[in-house]
Amino acid sequence: MNKNTLSVRTIVAIGIGAAVFVILGRFASIPTGIPNSNIEVTYAFLALMAVIFGPVAGGLIGLIGHALKDLIFYGSIWWSWVVVSMFVGFLFGLISKKLDIESGEFGRQKIITFNLVQVGAQALGWFLLAPVLDIVIYAEPTSKVFIQGLGVGISNMVTVGILGTLLLTLYAKTRTKTGSLDRE
Amino acid sequence: MANEMLSYIDRTSPIHRLTGATKLVCFILWSTAAMLTYDTRILLFLFIASLVIFYVSKIRLRDILFVLIFILVFLLINNIAIYLFSPQEGVKIYGTGHVLVEFAGRYNMTLEQLFYQLNITLKYLTVIPAALLFIVTTHPSEFAASLNRIGVSYRIAYAVSLALRYIPDVQRDFRNIAKAQQARGLDMSKNEKFLKRVKNASAVLAPLILSSLEKIEIISNAMELRGFGKKKKRTWYNARPFQKRDYTAIILFVLLLIATLLITYHDGSRFYNPFS
Repeated sequence: MNKNTLSVRTIVAIGIGAAVFVILGRFASIPTGIPNSNIEVTYAFLALMAVIFGPVAGGLIGLIGHALKDLIFYGSIWWSWVVVSMFVGFLFGLISKKLDIESGEFGRQKIITFNLVQVGAQALGWFLLAPVLDIVIYAEPTSKVFIQGLGVGISNMVTVGILGTLLLTLYAKTRTKTGSLDRE
Repeated sequence: MANEMLSYIDRTSPIHRLTGATKLVCFILWSTAAMLTYDTRILLFLFIASLVIFYVSKIRLRDILFVLIFILVFLLINNIAIYLFSPQEGVKIYGTGHVLVEFAGRYNMTLEQLFYQLNITLKYLTVIPAALLFIVTTHPSEFAASLNRIGVSYRIAYAVSLALRYIPDVQRDFRNIAKAQQARGLDMSKNEKFLKRVKNASAVLAPLILSSLEKIEIISNAMELRGFGKKKKRTWYNARPFQKRDYTAIILFVLLLIATLLITYHDGSRFYNPFS
């Protein structure tokens, strides 16, 4: 198999991941009471998928999932945020090798690494990239988009921090640990 | 439920007869044009043109009513948010300020602000019918084939096709799991209090995600067995050859984009200014 092309498993992970992203984004986001800002459960899922399948899968799940969600349920694609989903998915995936979740170990050290990276990635994405793209593409007022980005970013950081960590811990438990067999 | 989600509607119309690739290219050109311009005259023209195309496609308003209402509500909220955060944006852009109604200080309603917000609304209104039409007139399987034709790697096009294929399945799983958890007293619908809801969400998420991961294994094994990804190219059952009307449509839309760019940028500004 050529190394540059995606493996079949990654392709399927992107497809199914995007489908789950769509459904969670539409049906599982929990409104906080402040307009236009929800607890987006789907980013916790994105983080999990990116950590399992790597940066390319993470980025593409964000891109395809978010674009399809917008297209199917809202009839128009909000490109600036779709790009941000791709961006954070990709960044989440960069620590995939380091976390090595397949080893079945997800201890305190890894939890801290994961959360540092997820907060950093989302800060870049929601506080900077999203508002800038909103201004460049849609010429929306500066103060509005930065406040919006701030709100969404913080709530997503908390969501991924709590739910994402929980999901990763759960997933790690389903993997067989290396050296888990004892000789009797 | 059926109308909550946009899906392919099978009718016979000139728009349906165009190949998926043509519609995809036209949709991208159209969105680019609408995204770049802020010229009211062009936006109005595009808006009216999109209504005409919509009429030609024989898609009826009630087919998409649910989604349309949803979008209009979103537009309204967005407009209110813009006014609350930046009531003088229009004055900043157009350089003049004709006060219509006096409120407190910066919240005075100006003609420029109204015009600016009209433009933003028009911008969305021009893209929405095109996007809606694209989804309801393109068969999902043809959509993947079209992505491949315009140059996207077939592996990624296939991932998109898989996503479209599995969205209904995942939705069904999600419902089943949510109902099952509700029966156990773990509700994540809006009847539950906020914090409880967030907590219960993970009870629904975990089974959904683990079953999806299992799906990934099964599907990728099945595809591997059938030799997916061994060759550089792949054919599509639903791909149709280009015909004269496809070329005509694409040329028309390219011209439209060029005209839009010329008219928008000829005076060096994205905005059409009727006030100066």
